[in-house]
Amino acid sequence: MDSVKKITKMKLFLPIFSMILVMMINVIYDIASGNAPFGFFSISINNGILYGRLIDILNRGSEVAILAIGMTLVVSASAGTDISVGSVMSLSGGLCCMLLAGYGVTNVSNYAVPLWVGMLAGIAIACVCGLFNGFLVAYMNIQPMVATLILWSAGRAIGLLLCNSNIVYVRVPSFQFFGAYCGIIPTPIIIAAVCVAIASVVLKSTALGTYIQSVGINKRASRISGFNSAKIILLCYVICGLCAGIAGLVATCRIYSADTNNIGLNMELDAILAVALGGNSLGGGKFNLAGSIIGAYTIQAITTTLYALGVSSAQAPVFKAIVVILIVVIQSQPVKDYFKKLSAKKAVAKEVA
Amino acid sequence: MMVRKRKNLFLSAFLLCFLLLLAGCSNGNDAAITPKTEPESESRPDEDDIVIGISQVGSESDWRMMNTKAYMDTFTEEKGYYLIFEDGQQKQENQVKALRKFILKDVDYIVLAPIVETGWDAVLKEAQDAGIPVIIVDRNVSVEDESLYICRVGSDLMQEGRNAGEWLADYLESRGRRNEKINIVTLQGTPGSTAQIGRTSGFAEVMEKHANWNMLEYQSGDFTQAKAYEVMEYFLDTYDDIDVVISENDNMTFGAIEAIKEAGLKLGKNGDIMIISFDAVRDALLLVQKGEIMADFECNPIIAPLVEETIQKLERGEPVEKVQYIDETYFDYRMDIETLLESREY
Repeated sequence: MDSVKKITKMKLFLPIFSMILVMMINVIYDIASGNAPFGFFSISINNGILYGRLIDILNRGSEVAILAIGMTLVVSASAGTDISVGSVMSLSGGLCCMLLAGYGVTNVSNYAVPLWVGMLAGIAIACVCGLFNGFLVAYMNIQPMVATLILWSAGRAIGLLLCNSNIVYVRVPSFQFFGAYCGIIPTPIIIAAVCVAIASVVLKSTALGTYIQSVGINKRASRISGFNSAKIILLCYVICGLCAGIAGLVATCRIYSADTNNIGLNMELDAILAVALGGNSLGGGKFNLAGSIIGAYTIQAITTTLYALGVSSAQAPVFKAIVVILIVVIQSQPVKDYFKKLSAKKAVAKEVA
Repeated sequence: MMVRKRKNLFLSAFLLCFLLLLAGCSNGNDAAITPKTEPESESRPDEDDIVIGISQVGSESDWRMMNTKAYMDTFTEEKGYYLIFEDGQQKQENQVKALRKFILKDVDYIVLAPIVETGWDAVLKEAQDAGIPVIIVDRNVSVEDESLYICRVGSDLMQEGRNAGEWLADYLESRGRRNEKINIVTLQGTPGSTAQIGRTSGFAEVMEKHANWNMLEYQSGDFTQAKAYEVMEYFLDTYDDIDVVISENDNMTFGAIEAIKEAGLKLGKNGDIMIISFDAVRDALLLVQKGEIMADFECNPIIAPLVEETIQKLERGEPVEKVQYIDETYFDYRMDIETLLESREY
């Protein structure tokens, strides 16, 4: 009983529980439809690359996982969300492809500038966007949602302008590499893993994580105790921009083209949802990065599950919403309190007996 | 305090620069994007010019650019037309604004390439009240009162679907697979779009006649490469024996091909999977040439000549058909694509 309690008290219990819940749906469905019960989890090597539903989830979830890193910090420090990340993804991909292909060209098989210049420019413009958002929030005291609303609408439009409203194809293997496979593992998985590793090492080995949380809990008190609150918030937005830039490049390399109208479309919502599913309060303060990352993959698991269940993509958002509501309700305070009360009652009953 | 102020000044300056940069960007590029906006000052329409206002969806693809270019080439000033072209930038509200502008300018004809099917009733009524005939091109509109527009000129998407089905039937027949069970999956376009509805139902019509065709699943790839790639990955995970993929546009085909190749399967007539695609853009035709796409059904972008013909008829006071379809062809791997491409502008 005690060990069960210990597990349920763990910070990551609920995010992991939700993840397992989603996977169970698949197992039940597989059994019900007479397939191998654990077909969902099977991983094989086909044609020299890893294959299986789990790999698909890890691969497809990379962008949201990368975004979730930045979003977690932004939520924690500023008690608000950065809704511009999807647009910034598209902008960074658009700029990168525009440079690699040359302005106005829609289809190339040779780089116009070296690959690293394009990539760096894509990431740089995303950081500038982060700086812009952060400046508005930290120094102009504009509400995060309003401040980031500017780039939410403008980012994609600038991307379209850069690409001359076209889909710019860059058909070069070294560009496609970042969205395809590195050996047997999909490259996006590796990129996401590296980003998560760097973020957790930086947060663990420096005091940055503590600073961010203290600013999020009480901005004024932190400033009085000597932190430069504004600077920390600015930094969080820049990191968020950086993450959006990387995610944008991954999404672009996947399809080796800057489809500015569609890259990162509605992805800001997935990123915010990932943070919420990870058990983080959107009111800022304490954060749990691991939770957000698990949340990100949970979202992708839901999407993949819906395919498996044969839900048509027109109706998929409805089912996604139902699953999300369930998960969020399970994690909400009243439900938690209810279960606490229930177990307390049981304990009392036991004692009386 | 002084330092702080200066810092704020610096940041404000930075902000200003950034905004100026944005503004600069948009100004610089406007001219480049809009092929030819109305020349405000240089020329006004002559008295007897036919003034035509065209509201285009945007310039999102090669197909669309070709479509636009054809209008430019057809309605020239030498022939006595005066063209006002408005790019809708993928937004219905921009198109509605453009239509209102045409009505204010009292143009002779409005040509509308609608981005979506619904939501046009009000503005089309305004045009009708102003006595301006509206010709719908390319995609369809769904309005309660069909008299709001004169006619629709565009592709017969249902026929495209039917052609694809019949091509497949002929092909299977020629390979002696007439009675074999054929497993098919379909990558659908954005649900509810004119192209998705037409192509799906056209193909389904032919499928009904063939009991051995087994449609495993329809799933939408939203007309985009990325989504189609993901959906195709899922199809390949789920079904072991897919014979045919029907992909409702070329962009999705590119994504599907990627996924199929990654799974180690072979494409083409001697391979594991056959792909049939729609649109026939240049990049896709190169893949037809390579044999990776079996057949590609054209969606002809050169609508302009038929629109011109319609306008001429209306000028002479002759009746026009409510729905007019342009001629469309197809390409398959057995044709000499190289020669065909030479004579094709897009």
